[in-house]
This record gives sequence, structure tokens and C-alpha cells, in this order.
Amino acid sequence: MIEKTALVAMSGGVDSSVTALLLQEQGYKCSGVTMRLYHNEDVGLCQFHTCCSLKDIDDAQDVAFKLHIPFEVLDYTADFKRQVIAKFVQTYEQGGTPNPCIDCNRFMKFGHLWEAAQKKQLNYVATGHYARLEFDQEQGLYILKKAIDATKDQSYVLYMLSQEQMAHTLFPLGSLTKKKVREIAAGHGLVNAGKHDSQDICFVPEGDYGKFMEEYTGKTYAQGNFLDTRGKVVGLHQGAVRYTIGQRKKLGLALGKPVYVCEKDMVHNTVTVGDETSLMAKGLVATEVNWLSGRIPTTALKVQARTRYKQQEQEALAYPLGANSLRLEFACPQRAVAPGQAVVLYQGDVVVAGGTITKVLR
Amino acid sequence: MIYLDYAANTPVNEEVLTAFCKAARQYQGNANSKHAEGLAAKAEMERITISVANLLGVKPAEIIFTSGATEANNTAIKGLAQATQGLGRHIISTPLEHSSVTGCLRTLQKQGYEVDYLSLQADGKINLPELQAKLRSDTVLLAICAVDSELGTIQPLAEIVKILQNYPHCHLHVDATQAIGKIDFSLQGISTLSFAPHKFYGLGGSGILFKRKNVDLVPLLEGGASTTSYRSGTPALALAASVEVALKLALAKRQSRWLEVKQKQNFLRQQLTRYPKVRINSPKEGSPYILNLSVAGVRGQNFQRALNERGVCVSVRSACSSDGQPSAAVLALTHDYWNALSSWRLSLSHLTSETDLQDFLTAFSQCYEKLTK
Repeated sequence: MIEKTALVAMSGGVDSSVTALLLQEQGYKCSGVTMRLYHNEDVGLCQFHTCCSLKDIDDAQDVAFKLHIPFEVLDYTADFKRQVIAKFVQTYEQGGTPNPCIDCNRFMKFGHLWEAAQKKQLNYVATGHYARLEFDQEQGLYILKKAIDATKDQSYVLYMLSQEQMAHTLFPLGSLTKKKVREIAAGHGLVNAGKHDSQDICFVPEGDYGKFMEEYTGKTYAQGNFLDTRGKVVGLHQGAVRYTIGQRKKLGLALGKPVYVCEKDMVHNTVTVGDETSLMAKGLVATEVNWLSGRIPTTALKVQARTRYKQQEQEALAYPLGANSLRLEFACPQRAVAPGQAVVLYQGDVVVAGGTITKVLR
Repeated sequence: MIYLDYAANTPVNEEVLTAFCKAARQYQGNANSKHAEGLAAKAEMERITISVANLLGVKPAEIIFTSGATEANNTAIKGLAQATQGLGRHIISTPLEHSSVTGCLRTLQKQGYEVDYLSLQADGKINLPELQAKLRSDTVLLAICAVDSELGTIQPLAEIVKILQNYPHCHLHVDATQAIGKIDFSLQGISTLSFAPHKFYGLGGSGILFKRKNVDLVPLLEGGASTTSYRSGTPALALAASVEVALKLALAKRQSRWLEVKQKQNFLRQQLTRYPKVRINSPKEGSPYILNLSVAGVRGQNFQRALNERGVCVSVRSACSSDGQPSAAVLALTHDYWNALSSWRLSLSHLTSETDLQDFLTAFSQCYEKLTK
């Protein structure tokens, strides 16, 4: 029996606080840690060289004190800059739609944090993600499943977990509803029971990633042409990075019918718009694929796929292409499949595989 | 408002402010310039430097004006380390030091220096036999505060100097920020010493580094030759004038204020120890100006916040200090993580009135009731 000791990632929010509480009730000896990922003034969240998100650290420390668990703040700002923000910027500049939360999980929480846990001789890393980890006795494998609370399910951003990582990871909230989690927090007088959920991308203030990128890189993303699907100029855009595949709002175009961003050419700085049909994809190719079982299937696999975080899964067939890639064919064409985003494959509640979309098949 | 955070900052004295304004109005030249206005400023700067040196009983050439104690500590520690290259890379310090000292030591550690931290006795003083045992032929620096800012422990400088006599390569740097104008001590045997007058009714933005004449030090700030080669930059004449007056007043009143404040601390100790969950962390033999305590089961931040809501200003090791760890000083003295997380500090002045103390105790009692129930 492995000793029940866990390093809990505590953000100061409701979820991670209840995570610590539940583990403690389950007999785990916990240590809390807040990962400092960026300096507010560096990402434009703060006008002065002070620290406004200190409130979060303070909240986390307060919860740790209340639960009587040791707590510390670990600095990962350099790693986060290199492994998450830089890649985020690069993906957008190359015309893709990045998902930094996935890289943050991959590199920060299940990479660096696990290293920190090992240094402290703790056997598990725990986070407040809504997903379930189970051990399948029959197959002798760990499996990742969707959360009970479908509205909070975060299995999409956890597809990168390896068998080895799943063996030392705990998600105690996976079988609870958010409502129940808030009740538990309130019932134990945790300061943050009513705190709002974190939104969007934590380091991009108010979701304006174009502005963030300009401030971060010091570049100006030049205006360019909107083209229709036949290549005719139909308007002026404000810099191709600012548009994402499938976007309809804020295009500033009056073409007499709704149009969507369906392609971006970063080299020529053009953004192609078209009607909904030109958005549709029959399939995709993904790389950096992780098969959660650790075994690569030898034949095509019937799956349900998500190409966005909050999307209903779609029936599809997955064809493995070597160890790290796959081709996916949808049963019905799908709209707004964007390179850079993750595709995650399910069979029922179970996450089978996931990867980064590199090519859209029309 | 009940201000009990004099160890963080003190209100400026009127005479000090007058001296500042007068000098600021009177001198327009740069003390580094060679014309009449510059020479006048230089002459005044020299007069002030001589006066400050006399007050401290040292030589004018040993006085370096800085922007504060933080700069003085940085200049001394990094400068001494650089100047002693080749003699050794071993440094000794204590868990009581201010972040401007520990920050430098961490930087030096990254550069390959070995830093040993001494443990504390129950009275908050370092253990002298332990110091003796840790000293080596390649020890180049002992960095220690005369009085620490969190607990108010007073370190046995005279005994330390005696031990260091056998280690000629080892410099003694003393952070005297909480000591000048408060306790009496000799500068004998000290290589460098730092302090800042905003702790004794002077102005922020000024500090003093004493550097003994024969001690080599590589300057931190480089630039044009100034009144001293150890710190470039245009001499801040008006601030220097304010330093002189603040220091003069603080030293003149040192003894009477000590006795006055000692009584106040004794009174507070007596009153506070009546609460069963209160633990006084400051040693009895420490500085009367500083009183560190914990209320068991209440995080220091929360007690400080509750007091603040009632108009009482006290100090707590801020979450801003970024690693989320409790006070190293309180931890080193009490060996209790949770007690250290509960600790906070009040600091007194001769300006603290009896009404202040009574009002504080009333607010304390309310916070105690609210937070410990």
C-alpha cells in the first residue's frame, strides 16, 4: 500500500480548496502549494509593479491554515513563459488556435508539480479538476473518465496524462457536482465558498488576446485583407492573429449574409471568410497524440470526438498513423475545426486519446 | 488611528523636515561640480559628513550616504564578497535578517558561496560556541543584525567581535537599522554597518553605510566619481542634512526614550499574557521597541486585518513576501510552524501614548473574541 501523501495544487479557489479538504478527510497527509505562473504586471493585469493576485495566494494560504496543512508558493514564472505563453503566441502567429490550459496541465501541473511532490517525498499530486481517474483491474490500466457534472467536465484538457502520471494523480472532485462542492466549502467555512470561477485564459485580461500579444511581443499585427472563398477582397481586417476559425462576430463586414472566418494565411496576412458550409470539415489530422492506455490501436476505432472544450461529442472513426498521429473522419461534417486546438476522443465516458489538430480535411 | 508600526516607518520630525527644506532651498549646485555653487554644496556636504561621523564616533571618510538600508546592505554584502575573492567563499548569517540581507546571500549562494545560518538560543541570541564552530579559515563574512526587526532580539556584538579577532579574513557586517538611536553599542571590530533614518523620525530615501577605512569594498553603483568612490550618484544634499538632524536627535534622546518605551512594553506584555491563546514571541531581554506575538489558531494576516479594521496599524510578514512561508525569525526562535504563521508585530515609540495603548488593548480584545471563538 502506497502511503497516502499528496501535494495539492491550491489556487485559492473553491475547487482546489475543497480538493484539499476532501483528501484530508480521506486520510491523506496533504501539503498545499500555489504555483506562481506569471507576474501580473508582465501580462498586463496590473498597472503597477504590485501583485493584485496576491489575494488568491492569501486565500489559498488561509485555507491551508484552516485545514492545518503546510503551504508554500512555488515560482514557475520562467517555465510558464517558456512552455506555455511562448507557445501560445507562436501558435497564434502561425495561424492556429492554441489551448494554453492543456500545455499548462502538461508541463506545469503534471510535470513540474509532480517533480516538486517527489522532492517532498509525497506520493500523489492532486488538483481540483472535474474528471475521474479509475483503475481498471481487468485490464490493469488507469482510465480517465468524464466528470459526473457534465457542465463542469474538464476531461478535455487532461488527455495528455500518461499511465504513469495517472497512477500518482488524484481528482477528488470528479464525482461531485459544482453545487455540492460549493456546499462543502460553505459548510466548512472556507473563505472562498462563493468565489466566482476562473474564466478563459488566466493570463489574458478580459479575453483580448490580440491586445495581450501586442503588449507581450511588442509587435503590431498589421491590417490586411478579408477575402471571400474565391479570393476576392471583401474588406479590411485588423491583423490576422486577432481572428479565430469559426468566428462570426466583430468582423466588421456587411456582406448581406452571415460569414465566418474559415481560413487564415499568415504569410500573406489574409483572412478568408465564407458561409457556414465552407467551415465544415470532414475530418482532421492530429499529432502529439496520447493514447491513454499507452497502447496504440492497430485498427480504426469508433469514437466520439470533441474538437473544442465545450462541445457535444461527435461520432467519428479514428485511424492511428504511427505512434504519435491520427486521422479522424467525422460521421457528419463538423464546423469550425481549428488547427492548434485539441481533439479528444471518447468511448462513452472514457477518454481514449487526444492530440493537437494540425490539418483540417474538407 | 493607532499607529503601532514604528519599526516599519516613523513620522518625520519637524526639525528634520526643516533642515531638509532649508538645504533644498539653499543649495542649487551639484556637489560634484567645480563652480561656486557646486563648491558651496560640496562644502555643506562635507560639513554634514563630518558631523554624522562625529555623532557615530567614526571618521568622515567612513561614511557613505545611500538611498536607504536596503542599498547599504546590498553595497556592503555584495561589495565585501567581491572584494574578498580569493580569500574564501564562506559566509555566516542568521535566520533573523531582513530580506535585503537574505536576498543578497541567496544571490551569492547562486554564485557558489556557501552560506551557513546560525541557530538561536531561547533568548533569541545567536549561540556563540556554534559561531565559533562554524567559523573557518575561508569564512569571509558574518552578516548579522544588531537588533532584528521581527522579534527585537539584541545580538551580543561585543562577544562576536572578540571571537572574530582570530579570523582576520572574516568581515563583520552589521545591519543596525533597528538599533541606531535605540541601543548603545560600539562600532569597534565592525567592518560595515547600515541603517536608515526613517526608522528614527528621518526621511525615507536616505540611508547610511559605515565602512571602516581599511576595508576593501567593490562598489555596487558605478558612475562618476562623487563624494565617495564607493557610491556614485549626485549627493542628495538635502537628505543628508535631514539625516544629520535625525541622527543627532535620536542619539541625544536614546536613553530616556528606551526607559519610557520599556515601561510601555512591560505594560503590554502584562496585559496581553492574560489571554490564554496569546504567546509572546519576543524575548524578554530584547528591544523594548518591538513586540512580536501570536494568537494561537489565528493566522497573523487575519489578526492584522481585523486590527486594521478597528484603526490599529500593526505589521505582519506579508503574503507579498512571495514564498508563502512563515517568518523565518519566529520559526527559528519558537520552532513552531503554526505559531510562526500566527505571528505579528507591534512596534512602539516614545510617541505612543497611554491612550494609544488602552485603545489598542480594547481593539485587541474585540479581535481576539471574534477570531478565536
